[in-house]
Amino acid sequence: MVSEEEVLRIAELADIGIGKEELPPFTRDFNAILDYFAVLDRVPPGEGWKAGIANVLREDRVTPSLPQEEVLALAEAAEDGYIRAPRVM
Amino acid sequence: MTVPIGMEAGSAVRETAGSGLAAVEGGRETVIIGLEVHCQLNTESKLFCGCSTDYRSDPPNTHVCPTCLGLPGSLPAMNRRAVEYALLVAKALNCRVADEAEFARKNYFYPDLTKGFQITMYNRPLAEGGYLDIEGDGAEKRVRITRIHLEEDPGRLVHMGTPDRPRYSLVDYNRSGIPLIEIVTEPDLRSPKEARRLLNGLRTTLEYLGVFDGDQEGSLRVDANISIRGSERVEVKNISSYRGVEKALTYEITRQRGVLRRGQKVERETRHFVEARGVTTSARSKEQEHDYRYFTEPDLRPLQVRHWVEGIALPELPAARRERFTAQYGISPEHARTLCGELRLAEFFEQMAPCGNPLLAATWVADTLQGELNYREMEIGKVPPARFRELLGMLCRKEVTDKAAVEVLRRMLDQCLKGEEVQSPAQIMEKNMLGKTAGDTFTGIVREVIAECGDAVRDYRAGRGEALNFLVGQVMKRTRGRADPKELTRILREELEPQGT
Amino acid sequence: MVRGETQQDPLNAFITLAEIPPRAPGRLSGITVAVKDNISTRGVETTCGSRILSGYVPPYDAHVVDLIRNEGALIPGKTNMDEFGMGSSTENSGFGPARNPRDPERVTGGSSGGSAAAVASGMARMALGTDTGGSIRCPAAFCGIVGLKPTYGRISRYGLVAYANSLEQIGPMALSVADCSLLMEVISRFDARDATMQDRPYLPRLDGDIRGMRIGVPAEFFGEGVDPAVADRVRKAISVLEGLGAAIVECAMPSMEYALAAYYVTCTSEASSNLARFDGVRYGPASDYKKPWHEAFQEVRMQHFGPEVRRRILIGTFALSAGYYGKYYGKAQVAREHVREDYSRLFQEVDLLAGPTMPTVAWKIGEKSDPLSMYLADILTVPANLAGVPAASVPCGTVQGLPVGLQLTGRAFEDELVMNAAYAYEQGVKA
Ligand SMILES: [Zn+2]
Repeated sequence: MVSEEEVLRIAELADIGIGKEELPPFTRDFNAILDYFAVLDRVPPGEGWKAGIANVLREDRVTPSLPQEEVLALAEAAEDGYIRAPRVM
Repeated sequence: MTVPIGMEAGSAVRETAGSGLAAVEGGRETVIIGLEVHCQLNTESKLFCGCSTDYRSDPPNTHVCPTCLGLPGSLPAMNRRAVEYALLVAKALNCRVADEAEFARKNYFYPDLTKGFQITMYNRPLAEGGYLDIEGDGAEKRVRITRIHLEEDPGRLVHMGTPDRPRYSLVDYNRSGIPLIEIVTEPDLRSPKEARRLLNGLRTTLEYLGVFDGDQEGSLRVDANISIRGSERVEVKNISSYRGVEKALTYEITRQRGVLRRGQKVERETRHFVEARGVTTSARSKEQEHDYRYFTEPDLRPLQVRHWVEGIALPELPAARRERFTAQYGISPEHARTLCGELRLAEFFEQMAPCGNPLLAATWVADTLQGELNYREMEIGKVPPARFRELLGMLCRKEVTDKAAVEVLRRMLDQCLKGEEVQSPAQIMEKNMLGKTAGDTFTGIVREVIAECGDAVRDYRAGRGEALNFLVGQVMKRTRGRADPKELTRILREELEPQGT
Repeated sequence: MVRGETQQDPLNAFITLAEIPPRAPGRLSGITVAVKDNISTRGVETTCGSRILSGYVPPYDAHVVDLIRNEGALIPGKTNMDEFGMGSSTENSGFGPARNPRDPERVTGGSSGGSAAAVASGMARMALGTDTGGSIRCPAAFCGIVGLKPTYGRISRYGLVAYANSLEQIGPMALSVADCSLLMEVISRFDARDATMQDRPYLPRLDGDIRGMRIGVPAEFFGEGVDPAVADRVRKAISVLEGLGAAIVECAMPSMEYALAAYYVTCTSEASSNLARFDGVRYGPASDYKKPWHEAFQEVRMQHFGPEVRRRILIGTFALSAGYYGKYYGKAQVAREHVREDYSRLFQEVDLLAGPTMPTVAWKIGEKSDPLSMYLADILTVPANLAGVPAASVPCGTVQGLPVGLQLTGRAFEDELVMNAAYAYEQGVKA
C-alpha cells in the first residue's frame, strides 16, 4: 500500500502539481495499478532487454541551425535574443 | 619518480571521502578531495545534432535546432568525433575502455535543460580505472581516475534582478548539446594546490590531444567532493575557472574546520561556489534529493568501441615532451616543466629554439616572456613568433642588452594588446632613443674602444677595476658626451664578460 | 479555430483541419493521408491531443511527413488522439473524444482513434497512426479498418513526439490491406536521424498465397477477459486462413501473464521523462516567468496536462525512483526479454501468430471509468510492442454490428509476410 504522503512525495519528485481533492482518488488508482504490477514479482530472473545494435554514429559535420526569429517566435517571451524563463534563484 | 597513492586496486584498502577514519597528517586533519571535471570537446558540431559549436561570438539562440532545443519529436544522433576524442582522453589517462558503454537519461528539471533530462552516461561509462601523474612537492604524484564519460552541456542562464530580489531568467540555448567529457578522480587529492595541479595536468593533456581549448570561456567546469577525514563529505558545484578551484576548496576547508572547531558536525550536502564572493553557499533542498531516476536512453544505441583504441595513436604527451626538451635542447627540467605545462608555450618555444641558443630561448620564453604575459593577463597565442624570434636573434648576437631587450619586449606586447601592428625590435629600439638607438650606436663605439684598447681590457679582465674608468672615458670622448656614463659602464661590463649565457 | 464536433467533422476525427499540399507527384498522388497529431508538421499546429501543446507550430516536418508529401499525398489534417497516446479509446484527448463511425455513441479505440475514424468514415483514404501498445491496431479493430504496427526500427521516429520511445512506431492505416501496404512502402525509407532505425525498407509482396504457412494460436490470446463472441468470431477467421492452406498450430505464450504489467511500467517510466520538456519556456502555453521555477513548472503541468497523463507521469516517476527501480523498471525489462524469448521460440515453430486484436468490441463513450480496466483492454496488443515485432489488425466481421479485428503477428522485419496473410484473409473472405 502506498500512502497519500508517499504519493505526495512522488508528485514532488515528478514536479507535477497535485490538488488536495485529487489526492485520495489518485492514491486509490495508484494502489490499484501497483497491485496489478505485483505480478512482476513472479518474473523469472534474466538479463534484461537489449536492443542488440551498437555504434550508430553520424559524422561530425555542421548542418544549418534554425533562424533565430523562428526560435524566438516559438517561445512566448523573448528578450534581446534570449528566451525568458522563471527565476531559479 | 612516482609515488603511488592507494594503488591497491581491487584490494579492500580504498580511501573514500568521509570514510570515518580519524587521521592527522603534519599536525592537521587530512583533507580529502575528489574532482569531477567537465571539459567541452572541440568538435565541429554538437554531440547529438549538426549545430555548430562555434557559438561564443554569436547572438543567443542562433546555434539551435529541433534536437538541441528539445522540440517535440526530435531525436539525438551521436557525433562520431566526440566518441573518438573521448577515447583519446581515455587512452592518454591510462583508462580501461568498456566493452559496452551506454547513454542514460539523468532526469531533473531546470530551464536550461531543454528536454527535462540530460543525456549522460551512468552505470556503463565509456572508460574506467586510469591515472594521471601530477607535479607534487618533490616527487610526482599519481592521481587515480575513476571514470570518463560523455554527456551534453545544458544551455546558459542569465539571472535578472539582484540576488536579494531575483526577477526572472534569460536563457541562451547555443551551449545546449555541446559535447562534454566528464573525468572523475578518486579522492586522492590532499590540498587545493594539488587539485589545481591536477586540473592543470588534465588541461595540458587534453590540449596536447587536440580535443580541448582551455582558453575558451566556460570550457571547463568542476564539481569537487571535499571532506576532512572522519567527517561527512560536501559536494561543491559550479566551479568554472582554474583559479576558482583553489579558492573554492580553500574556502570550504576553512569553513569545515570552523564547523568542527565549534564542536558541530559537517553536514553532508551540496553547496554552490559563488565565484564573485569567493564563498560556497548551501544549495536548496530540492536539488539535494538527488534522485535522478537514471535509465538507458532509448533513442540511442550503445557504444562498443573498445577495439577502436588500438588504432588510436597518441600524440606526444607533456611528460614525453619534457624529457625530449631536456635531452634535445639541454634545457633544465624546471624550464622544461614550465614550457611543456602549456601546449602553446611548448610549441612557441620550439619555434624559438633554432635561434642558435636554446638555453637562452628557454630562459626568455619560460621566465621573461611568461612573466610579462602574466602581468598583462595575455595569452601566448597573441605573441607574434617572428618578432620574438628577431629579438632572440639579436640577443644571441649581442646586438641588444638584456635590459634593452626586456624594454623592447614590453613595447611589443603592449602593441599586441592594443591591437597595433607589432614593430620589429630594431624599429622599436630606434624609436625609443633612450636605451635602444643610443645603446645600439654606443655598443658599436664600445666595441671599437674594446678592440683598440687591448691593454686596458687585459687590465680589467685581470681584475683592475680602474681600467674600466679609462675605457668609459674613451667612449665618452668618442660619443662627445651624449651617453650616460652609468649606462656606458653597464654596456662595457657586459661586453667585457666572457661570451655565453 | 473551431474544435470538437463540427458539421465538417461530426466524429471529431481531426484536431486540426488543414490542407497540407503534396510537394511532388508520386505513388500517393490524388490520395488523402490523414496524419495523427503527434507527428510533427511544419507550419501546422501539432498538439498530441494535449492542451500543453495548443498553439505549438513546429518548425520542421517529421520524416514520414516528408516522405508522403514527396510521393504526392495531400494531408487533410491532424487527427484526434488520446493525449500523448495515453489511452485506448481517444476519450483522453484534450480536445474531446472522437466518435466511432459505426456507432457515434461508442469509442473509436485509441490512441489513433481520429486516424481510424477519418479512414472508416471516408474523410481520408489512408492515415498515419502510431502504436505504442496497440494504438494503431485497437482503433483499426474498433472502426473496422486495416492497421499495421511495423517492426520496431523499420520507420523513422524523427518527428514523432515521444511517449515511450522503445515501444512505439508510426504505421499505416487504411480500408484495404493493399492501401495499407502501399503507405507502409512509402514511409519505410531510411532516415539516419533516428539511431534506432535500420535500413531495411518494406518491399510489398501481396500475392495472397499462404499455402503451407504455419500459423500459431496461443491459448493465452483467448484467455480470461476475452469476450466469447469476439473469440468465436476470431476463431472463425482463423479457420478461413486454414481453408486457404495455412496450418494452424495450438501453442502457448506464458509471458503473457506479466506482459501488460511490464508494458505499463516501461511506457510510464519513459513517459515520465519524455514529458518533462513541456515547461512552457521554449514553446507551448507559457509558464509564468515571474514565479519561481518549480512553482511555475508545476503550475503549467497541472493546468495543461489531463489527469491520465499526470497519473502516468506519477507512476513512471515512482517506477524509476530510488528504492523502486529494481522492483518495477528493472523487473519490467527482464519481463520484456522473456516476452521476446517467447516469440523467438514460437517463431521457430510457426511463421505467424493469430488471435483477436482486442478482447472486446468498442465500448460506449464514458463506460470505462477506472484507469486499470482501460489498461487491461491492451493485454493482447502490448506483447508485440515489448518485443518489437510487426503486428497487423485486419477486420474479420462483426459482433452485434460492431467490428472485430483479427491480429496477425510476425517475426521482426517480416512485415511483408504479416501483410500478405492479412491480404489472403481479406481476399479470401471477399471471394
Ligand atoms: Zn542543434
